[in-house]
This record gives sequence, C-alpha cells and structure tokens, in this order.
Amino acid sequence: MNYAEDLHKFILENFLFGDDNNLKNDASLLEHGIIDSTGILELISFLEETYGITIEDDEMIPENLDSIDNINNFLNAKLKVIGQPA
Amino acid sequence: MCGLTGIFHINGPGNIPLDTLKRMTAVLQHRGGDESGIYIDDQIGLGHTRLSIIDLHSGTQPIHNEDKTLWIVFNGEIFNYPELRKQLQDDGHHFYTTTDTEVILHLYERDGLNCLNSLNGQFAFAIWSTPKKQLLLARDRMGICPLHYTIQNGCIYFASEIKSIFMEKKISREIDPIALDQIFTIWAPLPGFTAFKHIHELEPGQFLQIDKDNIHLSKYWHFPIDPRNELFDDSPEELTEELTRLLSDAVRIRLIADVTVGSYLSGGLDSSGITALVAKQFNHDVHSFGIRFEEFDFDESIYQKQLASFLSVHHKELSVSNSDIASHFSEILWHSEKPILRTAPVPLFLLSKHVSENGLKVILTGEGADEIFGGYNIFKEALVRKFLSRKPDDQNRADLITRLYPNIFKNPSLKNSLIKFFAQGLDQAGDPLFSHLIRWNNTKRIKTFFAENLQKEIGDYNCIEEIRGLLPDHFDTCSTLMKAQYLESSIFLSNYLLSSQGDRVAMAHAVETRPPYLDHRIIEFMARVPAVWKILGLNEKHILKKVFKDILPKNIIDRPKNPYRAPIQQSLLTAHNSEFVESMICEAEIQKAGYFNPKKVTSLTAKLYGQKNVNEVEGMALAGILSTQIIDHQYIRNFPTDPNCPLKLDIMIDNRSNS
Repeated sequence: MNYAEDLHKFILENFLFGDDNNLKNDASLLEHGIIDSTGILELISFLEETYGITIEDDEMIPENLDSIDNINNFLNAKLKVIGQPA
Repeated sequence: MCGLTGIFHINGPGNIPLDTLKRMTAVLQHRGGDESGIYIDDQIGLGHTRLSIIDLHSGTQPIHNEDKTLWIVFNGEIFNYPELRKQLQDDGHHFYTTTDTEVILHLYERDGLNCLNSLNGQFAFAIWSTPKKQLLLARDRMGICPLHYTIQNGCIYFASEIKSIFMEKKISREIDPIALDQIFTIWAPLPGFTAFKHIHELEPGQFLQIDKDNIHLSKYWHFPIDPRNELFDDSPEELTEELTRLLSDAVRIRLIADVTVGSYLSGGLDSSGITALVAKQFNHDVHSFGIRFEEFDFDESIYQKQLASFLSVHHKELSVSNSDIASHFSEILWHSEKPILRTAPVPLFLLSKHVSENGLKVILTGEGADEIFGGYNIFKEALVRKFLSRKPDDQNRADLITRLYPNIFKNPSLKNSLIKFFAQGLDQAGDPLFSHLIRWNNTKRIKTFFAENLQKEIGDYNCIEEIRGLLPDHFDTCSTLMKAQYLESSIFLSNYLLSSQGDRVAMAHAVETRPPYLDHRIIEFMARVPAVWKILGLNEKHILKKVFKDILPKNIIDRPKNPYRAPIQQSLLTAHNSEFVESMICEAEIQKAGYFNPKKVTSLTAKLYGQKNVNEVEGMALAGILSTQIIDHQYIRNFPTDPNCPLKLDIMIDNRSNS
C-alpha cells in the first residue's frame, strides 16, 4: 500500500502550512529544514496514532523517517509484520 | 540615562518647529522624567529629558562650554569622567557642573573626534558646534544606548527612540520589508537598520558628523577579533589575575552614581559574579532583584535565594506568570519598536518596574558575559560540529552533541535523528558563518508565513549574504570560537539583547542598566585570550569561572548554563489573552496589514493551541507574526502624533534671531 499521499498531506499541513515548495518524496526532511528536533516527535506521534503502531527506539533512525519514501517503506514493512493489510 | 532628540537643518538656517521639538521631547519622558530642556536656534533644535544620576542639582541639559559655542544633549554614563575632568581642568577648562556630560563637551573641544576613543562608558549624544554649524552624533562601542536618525527634506531628525522622530508628521512611517527579512532570519535587524523604512540606527561604535558640505559616517571602534598569531601566550593563572583586576575595576567605576546602585541576580554565573564582586569588594548593603517564573522549566529562583543568603544581600524577587507575559506583550513592543521572536523582554520589563517601585534607578547586570567569555551553547555546538566534520562517521565524536543539549536529547531513542539534524552542513565547516548557519537556516523557515507581496518586495535580498559582505578583512584567520563570538556580539547582542531586552525595557520605567562585562577593556583583553581558555573541552566560560571560584559557591560555578528564556506559546495563547491575540492575528487583520499569509497563520495558531510538544521555531513564528501585527497597529496605523503628555521645561534656551 502506498501511504505517500497521506504522508505528503500531513507534512504539507503540519510543517509547511500549505506551501508545497515542490516537496519531493525522496527529499530529506531534516536536510531541507522541513522538520527539526521537535518536528520528529510530532511525526512519530502522527504515525503511531494514525496507523496504530508503536515505533521502537531502534527504529527511530533517519533511514526509516527522513523522507516520505523512507517512511512509506518503513510503514509497509512495519504493518506487514503486525499483520495489517499492506 | 535619559532621552535626547533633535532636528537640524543641514544646509543653513531654516524654521525649527518648536511645537514639534516639544512633542519629540515629551514622548521620551519615560526615559527620565526628572527634568527636561530645549535648545533652539536658527538651524537646530535639541531636546532632552533627564534621569538624574550624577550631579542631581546642576546637571540640567542641554549643557554648554565656557563661551556657549558648543551645546550637548547626552544619554548615558561616562564612567571614567573623574579622571578626564581632572586632565581637562589641568589644561585650563572651566566647568559649571560636576556632570560627566560637561566632560564630554570639553573633551570634544580639546580633542575633536578623538574624544570618542577616551570615553569609557555607555552613551549616545549630540553636540552642536555653533561656529562650525556642525552636528556630531555618536554612540558607545557596544551599542548600549540607542540613537536613531533619518535624513529627509534637508533635515536630519534624530532621537533615542524612533517614536520621537515620528512626532514630525512629515516623516513617513512604513515597515521595512528588508528588516522583516532580517528579523525573521537572524532574530534582529542588522546593525544600522530599524524596523522602519528610511529610519536608521547609528551602529555601535559609530559617529555621524554632518554640516552643509559633508556627511561623515564612520566607526571609531570595531568589535576586536584578534588573529591567532596575536593571542596572549600567558598562563591561565596570569590571564585570570589580569581579568580579575579588569573586572573589579569595571565594576568599581560602574558604581559611581549619586543614587543607590542595585544589581540583577538571576541565579546564573554572570549576574551572581557581578553581585558577589559588589558585595565583597565595594558595598555590603547590596539590593538585588530577580525573576521567578510560574513555568517550572524557566524558574531559577532557588539559586537566587541561595546566593542572596550566601552574599547577605537584600534580594527581592518578582513572580511572573504566563498571563503577565501575555498582558504586557503589546506594551513592550511600544518600547522595543521592532518585531521580536521571543517573549523574554516582558519579564525584564516587569522587573525594571519592580526596581523603580523600590526606589532604585541604576542596576548592574550580567549582560554580555556569554558573548565575551564564550558561554553560549551555539559556541560549543560550533566547536563540536567542527571537530565532527573532520571525522563525520566517528560515533564518539557525534555523541558529544548529545552532551550539549541534554534537554533535547532526553529521549534517547531520537539520538540518531537529532544527531543528523546537528550534522547538517558539516561539509561547510570552512564557511565563515559555519557556527550560525543552522540557527539562521532553521529560523528563516518562518518566512514561509510571509505574504506573496512581502516576498516580492524583499525580492532577491538575502540577509545571510549581506552578513558575509560585512565581515572584517581578517575574519578567516580567526579561530572558530572567535568567529562565532563576533557574529553573536555584532548581530544579536547589540540589536536584540541590549535593545529589546536591555535599554528599552529598562528605560520604559526609567531604570538604567550597566553591564560591567561590556567594558571595552575587558572585550579587548578577551579578544586576545586563546579559545581554549574560554571553552576548555566542553566547559564554557572557563576563565570567568576561575575568577569567581573564591567568591561564589561551588554549585553555582559548576551548574550547567541555563539560558534566560521565557515561555512563548504557553503565555501568548493563554485563555485570558485569546481575545487580544485573535483581534491581532485573525484572517481579516492579517489580510489588512498585508505582511503574512492569512491561511497559513490560521493553520499555525490552530496547531499551536492543540500542541503538546513545544516547537521552538513555531513559537518564534507566533511571537514574530503577532509582534509585527502589533507594531503595525501601534506605529503605522494608529500612531499618536499628538500625544497627551505635557512637557514642563526646566531649561529653555532660545537663540533664534527673531525670538
């Protein structure tokens, strides 16, 4: 399943306040200054609440969270493991 | 301190509107309501409101020289005036007051512009030479006292505060889009800029000499940055000894006053050290003042109590609640005259009121120590990131970042992501602005709230590029720490801390603050102290801690630095304040003022009302947007050019030929 659209919408509304700025799915959210240290916490809360998952400490790494593509892949893998439809 | 103002017809005689000059003077009376005076002739008008501190009885300004050919209005203090006065008397100069003001005038008479190099103090003044028909405006080295000016219609209008200049109805009042770009990137306008188009501020250490033939605008002092090959090679013990001597003298001369001098005591190292020096070396009857915050994370009162008892000083604390901050936010903007991204000036505004109600008008502060001795986290951050940049994959080096920000890293699971945040731009370790680029790039995200029209007006302007162009020639040869200290001191210290959080909020209640750490002798000395003695490993202000080790309790010296901050959204978005905030930043108001995108601002406030985690940049966005709207409301749309503040003149010198 592709969550990219939902993630794009969340980031657009919550961090960019509606200003798309050509946000690419493979762009690093940290390097482009889209989210900062507290933004990461917001992103994690959003993922946990929206998808009913718990993100473990060792999963909170840029490889899982630092771009829409990375988050999408991470979500797919995570939801597959806990048995939800991917 | 005091307030000064004036109008000068540059090209020759012209009508000086006395009514306007009176209004320009009257609106500054909060800076000192003890006395006021005016000088007027065919070419110039000078106005002054006085906060009497030295020579309470005969120091009424404007003050003149022996033959009344030179006239001065002055705000501030010259701390070395007793020595200068003696030299001048030996040279045959005659004084009719015992003020420091008169000393400047005679020094100028003797040395011309060179007089500026002899002054140790905090000051802004205007000297009018009647034979030369020439005006001199000057400001102290670090910009502790303010001085603004604009040149329009063949006249120069100048004043301690911009509101005084705006009393001339012919002067247009417009917010400068470039200044907004600067504030929303580096937290303050760049030196020389104000929030308003065509209104300039004399830069720290700058003077303006002007007559019909010439305008000479120049700096007589630059914030010193010594190249690595010119640093002291003395031992840390020798350096500590010399610094102790300098600091003690800086405090001594700042206690000169004909009124009681008190002290701010925050509980941190800097103000504690100053208070301890006063209590131990000069005066056993010290009155200190501190802030207590309702929000636990911001409160340091436990340390204030400990110090007050340790030093046996009379300490008074003022409790500040979130709603106090909210209810006075608008009032402090009337004084700061520029949008701000913080609320921290408000508690200091309330504290100066408390000081004034307790009958004091002079206070020593610890301002400047973090810049001069290397106290800020941004300095350590630069050093660690520079260290990491040499081996970016070294996990041990990366882990040092977590020690810098224990609060941010208190959730250990976020470590990797946060380290990535601080590792941004490691490839720019050679960039002269390396230390500050993360902060500025992060802050400028707030510009996303700018309206399209504002963005168009700003155009290609890039304030970070402008800063590059302003760097001194040998900047590249300095250490990473010295570069960061320079940026912090020349941008944020003078244009925000000493202004919105310093002079303006203190003088709002006629309280003069004196920061001994900003004595230029200390700044020049510290510029030559090697970086390693400022920040040893990750221990900030190492040498200053050595100075205080015998006069402060060990836990105060060892406690981690806690920067002075005040809550933003927790205070601005309180229930009791919501009506006011709504009236200022509702879609219709945002649309009317035209600076911001109404839809985005609405999304921001909606988000902040429900937010659990405090996001610093979004908090700054809220403060910046709200304060810009309030400044627009106060200074652009509803400015009172006919204020109802009567002026009782104690002195009126009218040298107009037709008077």
